[in-house]
Amino acid sequence: MFLINCPYCGERDQSEFSCGGEAHIVRPKQPTELSDNQWAEYLFMRKNIKGVQFERWNHAHGCRKWFNMVRDTSNDKIHAVYKMGEKPPVE
Amino acid sequence: MTKFRVNKTKHVDQTKTVSFNFDGKSYHGFDGDTLASALLSNGVHLVGRSFKYHRPRGIMSCGSEEPNAICQINEDTDLTEPNVRATEIELYEGLKASSQNCWPSVNFDIGGINNFISPFIPAGFYYKTFMWPKSFWKKIYEPLIRWSAGLGKSPTKPDPELYDHKHVHCDVLIIGGGISGIIASKIAAKNNLRTILIEDKNILGGSTIFQKNENYKINNKYSSEWLDEEIVELQKLDNLTIKTRTSLAAYHSYNYLLAKENISDHLPLDKRNGDIRQRLWKIRADKVLVATGAIERPLVFNNNDRPGIMLANSVKKYLDFYGVSCGFNNVIFTNNDSAYETAVSLKEKGISVEIIDIRKKSNSKIVKNAEKLGVKIYWNSTIVNTFGHRKINSIEIMNLSEDGSNVVGDKNRINCDCLAVSGGWTPMVHMHTQSGGKLDFRENDQTFIPTEIDENHINVGSCNGDFELEEIINNTNKKVKNFLKVSETEFDNTSVLNSKELDKRNIWLLPNYISEGKCKSFIDFQNDSTVKDIKLALREGFKSIEHVKRYTTTGMATDQGKLSNMHALGIIADTVGVKMGTLGTTTFRPPFTPLTFGSIVGRSVGKFFDIIRKTSIHEWHSQNNAKFENVGQWKRPWYYPINDEGLHDAVQRESKAARDSAGILDASTLGKIDIQGTDASEFLNRVYTNAWSKLGIGKCRYGLMLNEDGMVYDDGVTTRLGENHYLMTTTTGGAANVLSKLEDYLQTEWPELDVYLTSVTDHYSTASICGPNSKKILTKIFPDKDFSDEAFPHMSYQNAKIDEINCRIMRISFTGELSYEINIESKYGKSLWEKCIEVGKEFKITPYGTETMHLLRAEKGFIIVGQDTDGTMTPIDLQMDWIVSKKKYDFIGKRSLYRSDTIREDRKQLVGLLTDDPNEVLEEGAQIVSDVNKKPIEMIGHVTSSYFSPNLNKSIALAVVKSGKKMNGQKLIVPMENKNINVTVSDSVFLDKENKRIYA
Repeated sequence: MFLINCPYCGERDQSEFSCGGEAHIVRPKQPTELSDNQWAEYLFMRKNIKGVQFERWNHAHGCRKWFNMVRDTSNDKIHAVYKMGEKPPVE
Repeated sequence: MTKFRVNKTKHVDQTKTVSFNFDGKSYHGFDGDTLASALLSNGVHLVGRSFKYHRPRGIMSCGSEEPNAICQINEDTDLTEPNVRATEIELYEGLKASSQNCWPSVNFDIGGINNFISPFIPAGFYYKTFMWPKSFWKKIYEPLIRWSAGLGKSPTKPDPELYDHKHVHCDVLIIGGGISGIIASKIAAKNNLRTILIEDKNILGGSTIFQKNENYKINNKYSSEWLDEEIVELQKLDNLTIKTRTSLAAYHSYNYLLAKENISDHLPLDKRNGDIRQRLWKIRADKVLVATGAIERPLVFNNNDRPGIMLANSVKKYLDFYGVSCGFNNVIFTNNDSAYETAVSLKEKGISVEIIDIRKKSNSKIVKNAEKLGVKIYWNSTIVNTFGHRKINSIEIMNLSEDGSNVVGDKNRINCDCLAVSGGWTPMVHMHTQSGGKLDFRENDQTFIPTEIDENHINVGSCNGDFELEEIINNTNKKVKNFLKVSETEFDNTSVLNSKELDKRNIWLLPNYISEGKCKSFIDFQNDSTVKDIKLALREGFKSIEHVKRYTTTGMATDQGKLSNMHALGIIADTVGVKMGTLGTTTFRPPFTPLTFGSIVGRSVGKFFDIIRKTSIHEWHSQNNAKFENVGQWKRPWYYPINDEGLHDAVQRESKAARDSAGILDASTLGKIDIQGTDASEFLNRVYTNAWSKLGIGKCRYGLMLNEDGMVYDDGVTTRLGENHYLMTTTTGGAANVLSKLEDYLQTEWPELDVYLTSVTDHYSTASICGPNSKKILTKIFPDKDFSDEAFPHMSYQNAKIDEINCRIMRISFTGELSYEINIESKYGKSLWEKCIEVGKEFKITPYGTETMHLLRAEKGFIIVGQDTDGTMTPIDLQMDWIVSKKKYDFIGKRSLYRSDTIREDRKQLVGLLTDDPNEVLEEGAQIVSDVNKKPIEMIGHVTSSYFSPNLNKSIALAVVKSGKKMNGQKLIVPMENKNINVTVSDSVFLDKENKRIYA
């Protein structure tokens, strides 16, 4: 049960949020021009690493805003939280 | 006073007698006793039978680590509680307890035969034996295992007690009210930090509170006296909340902890007054100090499990805290100094005691003290056997060889009625590891101690590996100040006197002249795992400690191996020939001690279990005899029986009425999303499969929404209210998910779109009126409105007023009949409904529920997302190609509709099914096959919806069948348990293919 610092509301309990999986996967602008393999890559392939991971989170029981988060999945340390459209931190 | 109550102490009030009942016999104890101390004061040691071999077992400890003395409390079928540790139950007047896992009684137990056949039931016995013959499993093995398995009895009626949850925040949480916890609390609270101290016992003080020995002094006072004064001071502090009878259950990440407070369990039943029984504290702490102490280790030797064999420090606590002597002829068996405190305490009260020490010598002060009192000590010796069936009566000892690997010399038999053992101490690192902390192994006393890594969490006292009084006080003081960043001087110059332990010797498995195979050396007392079992597991190839644990069930009983895990590890390490520190430990998982289900669920029981959503018309439905169905959290009218009508008859009547004259449905639960913004049309184009740009204002359109994988996700009618304003409806169950999915796309993929989404499901109530007479009813309700097909065509909407109240009328149909839906602000929902019923009386308007709605739409071949689809159906599979736009460049899921898998022609596709016998109604979910003779029989599909249609007077069904599109007219079979039902594939629209009725 970690605490998440929602970029719009501040620090809240994890139970208010839902995780939306890996971040920074952009929906292809021209899907019709992709091969089955390319489309499958977008549609199905997700990383699930032990360590630092970039994730999408939604403040579902709060402001309903989506944002991005950098979390170490091995110890749940949150390294950064940033709004959609903002550049991910380099480190 | 019984003869075992030898000592008066301030913790037990010997003027207040408490009577209780154990295994049907009445006893007396005193106020302040636990069930265990009261039983011991009556000379009762035998309190249970072991799980597998049914060996007699006695009270072993005085705390939560107790493996043997687990009882069934209370006889009432609703209040009875199994697996309660007698060492933790505070005695109250009228307490009824009984031993578990024995039949017919604890003194004579039939299952005890397992003890004699034990050579034939080794580790893995169940896995190896109950494999064959296969036919024995169901009738013989399973009932037998079920009868003999399990500890205690569950209540058979709902729990009538009240439980509570409480959320708290604090600066500092201190777990454990022993000496280090008290010092830490005082430092924290004195320095303006909001502090909570929790302690699982009913009083503070830990094991120091009954320490009255010349060799252990603080500021020249007995350590117990010094601590008493500290506790008095502590209770005066404002910033401190002290919660006794509160045990920590779980330590989660980010310092989120759960603790269970016992509020009324210690009170006599008639004094509980229906108050809250237990409260679960949900604590978010800035900083956490763990001061949970240490657990004494037993020793592993032959027949080490007889009643009367106890932990040495527990024997001391029973004597010095409760005033109870566990025996009059005591022997102490130890590998360390701490057990000598017990010896001194016994001897000072004139009770006989001898010591068997596996060490060659010890010159510490406490050992000298014991020698001076005349305690006989057998150095370099070990116990090789114990005797006595229901209670220990004698032991056999031998000398150890130089390296401790063997026994030498003659056997020597010593009589005793209590054997106090001590194998050293294990820091309680459970909380530390639960929070994610790691452990280091300390060689010199073979303990795992916490590795400090987290700046918001530390361990102090003996749970941190500090076992001697001086270390405990000085290190706790230093660490806490540093951790809390305060400069408190109170404990800086505390003078501490204690006996220092200088000599150590640890032997995990004590040697014996009897061969290992013939010894019963228990490691896990509750699950009956022996050294033999562990060694067998290793021989059979199990290497990981996690596998050995599961195969032998060591550490898997209700005590979670508090007394056994370390010995298992040590013996594995010795056997395999590796260093213990390299093995790692098994994982400590919450809860630390078992939690009641009641405390976990708190108030969320009965009607508070989940949110119940009711429409504004609910009351009318109830008054009119509706039976309700749960749809998500909603209560929806299922059908409205008249008199004693059943479901079938009511639905047949309602369905016929809706098509013959008029029916009315409460459609308020459908999800409603208000969509506004200059890009609203473009947004709908992207989320639905069909085109929306050209939909005129005031028109309605049915839309199908896909997932990105091309599978149908939701459907519903969306109405264009204005140029940039739409009202979308979704399925009842899908409303919340659709909204969050749409928000997701808007915020993350298409932030450039000017679109705003608002859930308005609860804002409007909807009455849906259908049937050939619906137009007449609407005309009566809205006399000024022109309902002709020209003025108010199908799939359009208009604003209207009832008694000055605004409403929206949509002419849309989910039944295939001429149909109108009236939307009105929820607060007017019930009066709108009542008006419709009143006006509709002359047309015999019939309220119908969800079951009739499902039947009517099935007659018309309309799908229900979630019933006829299951997340693997594309619009093409549903034969709804017409709704998929070929012109649109993109929409959610479009690209997936021509992946190699989605264009397969042999996918399951939606078809109609007609039974050859028109009265035979198929079961929903039934499998469909084409050939019952070809084995194995291939399942080619299943029935998704099935009804008897009163309007067509025959059975109809929808089904998904492989390559179903090409099967029209083909014969298939639905095999049931006793018969095969012959069916014919048909079109999925059974009624009014020409759509005449919606223009009736």
